[in-house]
Amino acid sequence: MNPKNFNRLFFVPIQGAGLSHSAAAEIFNKDEERTDWHDETLWFVREKRDKAVKQISEWEQLRTLGSDIKDHTLSNLDVYLAEFEKNAQANGIKIHWAIDAEEHNEIILGIIREQKVQQVVKSKSMLTEECHLNDYLAQRGIDVVDTDLGERIVQFRNEPPSHIVLPAIHLKKQDVSETFHEHLGTEKGNNDPQYLTEAARQHLREKFIKSQLAITGVNFAIASTGGFVVCTNEGNADMGAHAAKIHVASMGIEKIIPKVEHLGVFLRLLARSATGQPITTYSSHFHQPRVGQQMHIIIVDNGRTKQLGRPDFRSSLKCIRCAACFNTCPVYRRSGGHSYHTAVAGPIGSILNPNLDMKANADLPFASTLCGSCSNVCPVKIDIHVQLYKWRQVLVAEGFTTGGKKVAMKGMAFVLSHPSIYRISGKIGRWIMRVFPFIFNNKSFNPWYKQREMPEAPEQSFRDWYKKNKK
Amino acid sequence: MKVGLFIPCYVDQFYPKVAVATLELLEKLGCEVVFPLNQTCCGQPMANSGFASLSEGCDKNFIANFGEVDYVVSPSGSCVLHVKEHLHDQNETKASYIRRNIYELTEFIVDVLKVENMVANFPHKVGMHISCHGQRGLNLSSMSELSAPSFSKPAYLLNMVKGLQLSLPKREDECCGFGGTFCVFEEAVSVKMGKDRITEHATNEVEYITGVDVSCLMHLEGILKRQGSGVKTIHIAEILNTH
Repeated sequence: MNPKNFNRLFFVPIQGAGLSHSAAAEIFNKDEERTDWHDETLWFVREKRDKAVKQISEWEQLRTLGSDIKDHTLSNLDVYLAEFEKNAQANGIKIHWAIDAEEHNEIILGIIREQKVQQVVKSKSMLTEECHLNDYLAQRGIDVVDTDLGERIVQFRNEPPSHIVLPAIHLKKQDVSETFHEHLGTEKGNNDPQYLTEAARQHLREKFIKSQLAITGVNFAIASTGGFVVCTNEGNADMGAHAAKIHVASMGIEKIIPKVEHLGVFLRLLARSATGQPITTYSSHFHQPRVGQQMHIIIVDNGRTKQLGRPDFRSSLKCIRCAACFNTCPVYRRSGGHSYHTAVAGPIGSILNPNLDMKANADLPFASTLCGSCSNVCPVKIDIHVQLYKWRQVLVAEGFTTGGKKVAMKGMAFVLSHPSIYRISGKIGRWIMRVFPFIFNNKSFNPWYKQREMPEAPEQSFRDWYKKNKK
Repeated sequence: MKVGLFIPCYVDQFYPKVAVATLELLEKLGCEVVFPLNQTCCGQPMANSGFASLSEGCDKNFIANFGEVDYVVSPSGSCVLHVKEHLHDQNETKASYIRRNIYELTEFIVDVLKVENMVANFPHKVGMHISCHGQRGLNLSSMSELSAPSFSKPAYLLNMVKGLQLSLPKREDECCGFGGTFCVFEEAVSVKMGKDRITEHATNEVEYITGVDVSCLMHLEGILKRQGSGVKTIHIAEILNTH
């Protein structure tokens, strides 16, 4: 059997042209120095988070509180969404409901066409990434300018973000310098971050001033007031929303919180978990359009109600998109966000994305050692690693596995269910390893052996020893 | 006190010395230990691969072997956690009894036997690898992510060993990358994670890397041997069983 066939038998093929997580991660790891750099950069963020959360003695209580508020809200989502809609409308905000990504994109296109908008700016919104809004609008001749620095960098490079908080974290300053040289005409080889940031700032200022429509995300939507909050460190959401005559905010249905007083809990949790800051530089509150401005909110389902209906996975909707689980994940740090081939990567993405498309994302719940660090850093206590385990069961039960894996697992289960067969197989296996080591010591067929030696095979098992010496 | 010794399949087959050390140690500490001869595996390899539905045979066999002892003790945090979380049977009384009375070796020594002195002697520089399932699953030690008082059951015991100089790597509780079938299906990341653990231990100039899980140690040992490193792996039972 050639290794290609072996791979076909055991590795889940991914729909479309993309690579599975393991295949992409293997390529990522070919440049070990860069992998080390990526790992250390994100570990630095994890350490900043540790320092920040250990500075407040009530951190664990705060997590519990955040988790409880979200649980309560998810159980009363219908009530709070209706309350939010009513209050927002009373404030003069136009509310739209979108069942899926397509409807979301159509609504935005509708507003753009109706208002004859030419210039669109967007501050970071993972939901619009999830809906592939940029591509959708580009195909219809509308250019959207991402205004978050990291997002703009990856947009120039025609890449998706690799991280939901730090979109260009996979790039070094040299990469940014090259990109800006190509797109903004900065000096070739000038890698000075301040110089590059200034160039981006000048470039974006012009876009802000000319923009007619600004799209933002929503971090928290408050049912009792009908207002919403957008958290950024660059102030780009404000620049966009304040300059343009139309502000469109996209939010998933799970972004709702009941009252203003709950906001304090989440603002404290979010930035500490995300970057180790006590709070984001800007927590911008939007309540109503200013005179002459239009404000729209698009409330999007896109599979969320389906996830809400899965008892084992509904709590994944508590996520506030801080990415602490990314930064702590030893697999994410050593495989990079693009290996996850989805808008939301990392551990949380691996439990959200199978809900959207099981076939395309069947590999993701397996891109984890189930070490559990993600669940421990999660500010709203989502049991991420438990859900990864449960998704594995669902995916296999639904048939999203390979024939080879199925046969291997069935064989293993049969042997391990029959003590005498287990003993004989063990004995034969160890004998083969001793006498014909080359069968196992083969880098093409035995992935273990590629970079690791096999364990030594002793002549007697513990059971053999026990029977001789103890029985 | 009748203790049923649960030796995970791969320990039985590849690391009998760890099983012998565990047995001898428990006997030394005054336990009546039995090794049920028809035991095989806890079923975790199937379950973690998404095939929990196929682990019924293992569950049945496990209960048939361990239904009659006071405690089940094993030198593997990961397998113990699997049994604790996933052992089920039509006869739930026995399954739930086992789930409640199964212990990883060091937690059994600390929490049940409440041992306060060890006679062990191991005059070496030893790095401790904290295994995730033992730590985050069984709560064998505090976790770096949480704001909580620090403690460690394995370190508590190792600190009683004469001559032993214990060290932790810089990132004290990062996963080694073994992860069950992850180690072959995500080979590149798995090995990179293992290499990074080893680098940090090597910086501490340890002679041995120890831990409560043979699986992590087997993975690290495989990499160490390939690298031609002089650092060895040793299960905590083997250290605690020295004299």
